[in-house]
Amino acid sequence: MVLDLVPVWTALLALAVFYYVVFDGFDLGVGILYGFVRTEADRRTVMNSIAPVWDGNETWLVFGGLGLLVAFPLAFAIIIPAVYFPILIMLLALVFRGVAFEFRFKQGALRRFWDGAFCGGAIVATFAQGVVLGAFIQGFKVSGRHFTGTSFDWVGPFPLAIGLALIFGYTLLGAGWLVLKTEGNLQHWARRVGTVCLMLVMAAILGVSIWTPMLHGEIAQRWFSWPNIAFLSPVPIITALIAIGEWYALKHQHEFMPFLGAIGLFLMSFVGIAISLWPMIVPYHYTLWQAASSPSTQAFILIGTLFLLPIILMYTAWSYWVFRGKVSETLGYH
Amino acid sequence: MTLDPVLLSRVQWAWVVAWHILLPAFTIGLASYIAVLEALYLFTSRQIWFRISGFWIRILAVSFGMGVVSGIIMPFQFGTNWSRFSDAAGDVVSPLLAYEGLMAFFLEASFLGVLLFGRRLVPSWAHFFAALMVAFGTLLSSFWILATNSWMQTPQGYKLVDGRFEPVDWFAIVFNPSFPYRFLHNVTAFYITTAFVVMGVGAWLLRRARATDDARMMIRMALDLLIILVPLQMFLGDQHGLNTLEYQPAKLAAIEGRYDTAQPAPLTLFGIPDDAAATMRYAIEIPYFGSLILTHSWNGVIKGLKEWPMDQRPPVAPPFFAFRVMVGIAFIMLFVVALGQVLRLRGQLWNSVWYLRLCQWVAPLGFVAVIAGWTTTEVGRQPWTVYGLLRTADSVSPSLTGADVVLSLACYVVVYLIMFPTGIAFMAGLVRRGPQEEEFKPEIIESGLPNRPFENAARAATDS
Repeated sequence: MVLDLVPVWTALLALAVFYYVVFDGFDLGVGILYGFVRTEADRRTVMNSIAPVWDGNETWLVFGGLGLLVAFPLAFAIIIPAVYFPILIMLLALVFRGVAFEFRFKQGALRRFWDGAFCGGAIVATFAQGVVLGAFIQGFKVSGRHFTGTSFDWVGPFPLAIGLALIFGYTLLGAGWLVLKTEGNLQHWARRVGTVCLMLVMAAILGVSIWTPMLHGEIAQRWFSWPNIAFLSPVPIITALIAIGEWYALKHQHEFMPFLGAIGLFLMSFVGIAISLWPMIVPYHYTLWQAASSPSTQAFILIGTLFLLPIILMYTAWSYWVFRGKVSETLGYH
Repeated sequence: MTLDPVLLSRVQWAWVVAWHILLPAFTIGLASYIAVLEALYLFTSRQIWFRISGFWIRILAVSFGMGVVSGIIMPFQFGTNWSRFSDAAGDVVSPLLAYEGLMAFFLEASFLGVLLFGRRLVPSWAHFFAALMVAFGTLLSSFWILATNSWMQTPQGYKLVDGRFEPVDWFAIVFNPSFPYRFLHNVTAFYITTAFVVMGVGAWLLRRARATDDARMMIRMALDLLIILVPLQMFLGDQHGLNTLEYQPAKLAAIEGRYDTAQPAPLTLFGIPDDAAATMRYAIEIPYFGSLILTHSWNGVIKGLKEWPMDQRPPVAPPFFAFRVMVGIAFIMLFVVALGQVLRLRGQLWNSVWYLRLCQWVAPLGFVAVIAGWTTTEVGRQPWTVYGLLRTADSVSPSLTGADVVLSLACYVVVYLIMFPTGIAFMAGLVRRGPQEEEFKPEIIESGLPNRPFENAARAATDS
């Protein structure tokens, strides 16, 4: 009897994706906010708040991509070509953001350009990720084991709307991070921006929650049929409670709660999507089990993962610990 | 005119991987060099090792950073452009790729930080240990990537189920027939490439009378390594060629420019291949030598490409010429190194300005040889992605149109042409700055961010 590793890999992939969304999400959000900060001193503070951690966060994108390939190669082979251009745009925007991070410290005429590239790269990368998510939920044209649509199937109201929504979502995460890491006027500003983003995010969550069941009858069936509606009602209720708490935390003097609340909203959205799509990995065509690689493949890579991943996580936790506390314009990074 | 998504996807792959491969080619050699320097410093406590090591660590930081940035692009190429390959071969190749990713990240997240920023935070034995682990880690990374590539060239340890490859024996998959040869040939190539860069930089510093002790030491070390490695590489290359003859005879025929089977076979030094007419024009040949080199006998048979149907032959020109570039460079390298040793024995090395200038000129040759060798092996294995089993044309994503790939390729070209020259300029700036008496300044250590190699080095460059 071969042990079924699909649940293990589903959990690992979910962890990698969620980790990426929250952690690169907040530093992309900070990147977006960076474009709206007025003084050079504040800009430096904003930059310093993510300097030690952003590229470690970004590496989780590779974990997500490779995780999908190694555990569910069929899903990788169908989904990635379907979002050919969003992936391209996202990768290049991330490259630009990363390079801008390095090069803006070269003083001179180009600084303004790299500042723009930093903020613009973050916005474009976020939007592209939202489009990928939207296209994923919407579903792909599949025949046999191939994606058979065009490279522009992702151009549609739903994916583009999700792209836009994710910009607000990441900005909310970024604002939460800035509340945690900064003080004074900048923190106050982050609270106000966060409040605006929270309203937009809640509007987006509400909109998507109505729109998604309209896309596919099965999803509506899953959420609104009896007794599911009773079992699943905690999802919207908890989301609403977190939103209220987030609102309260942003208005009052909580330091850590706004960031935590934003993560909570992302977690609930993540859970919502998972409930809608379970057990599909290529929505409406292939389940996790149908798209899984061979048990031998999953076992072979699991050995190394279980050994190296905890070390990577511990090391990451340690580096966040080292850079805990408030950042300032001068102290610390640059 | 129709745009062929297969050809364009191949061009795109070649573009992103060719830029990327330059960085590991340098980083792997440099990491091992730094480990040696750190060991020397640990055991002798002489300041010169400390200075040289510090100098190259700053350059390693930039090179490593750019390798990571361009490396993030790579795994996604398998999905965007080669989805049918990913579906067919994913079960076998993806764990090898994933191991590479895990190792690289593990390395980046741990020992690299200590190596780059930990000089004053940890005792010197720990710093040496970090250098050793980084060197070991880069080798492990290339181990997995080359295992993947080698399996695609000489697949084994799988079973075919409905046109998909399923793993049967992981040991056989990883240690497939071409892997040991490819791994040794590549790693040696990377070491040689780096040694020539080190020698060129040393020569440059010496000609400007900057840090002369350090520069001389760099040249001495490089020459000592190269006098062993260059001949060894020629031997390894020959062995790799014999392996290719056994497992990929069509590739070898293309390298040799041989369309007709011959016994004995001459060695074609030069010619203009004509695939359509299946003949080598203006061939310059040495009788018997083809058989001698490849079969190690006067009368060995060398199969020509006409033994294979048209649709199973690789194009001849790219591997034929690229191979000659690679071998030509090997001989130039051997000549330069031998000359250097002779000058050194006569005690004329340090005042032969013309030789130092020569060292500068040949410094980038290793990179050219790496790209040429890679072209030889990758074009030579066409028209297959998994040799003899899965065609390149059947590997590409079915949804792609030519226009799609033109657009994406143009984007990659533009971005890489901004990113790489800027990064190379940074490294050049670090070289110009030269070895420093002082190691990293304390405030940089304070910002000792394990994940921030690129920027700190960049900053070190601009501070000067």
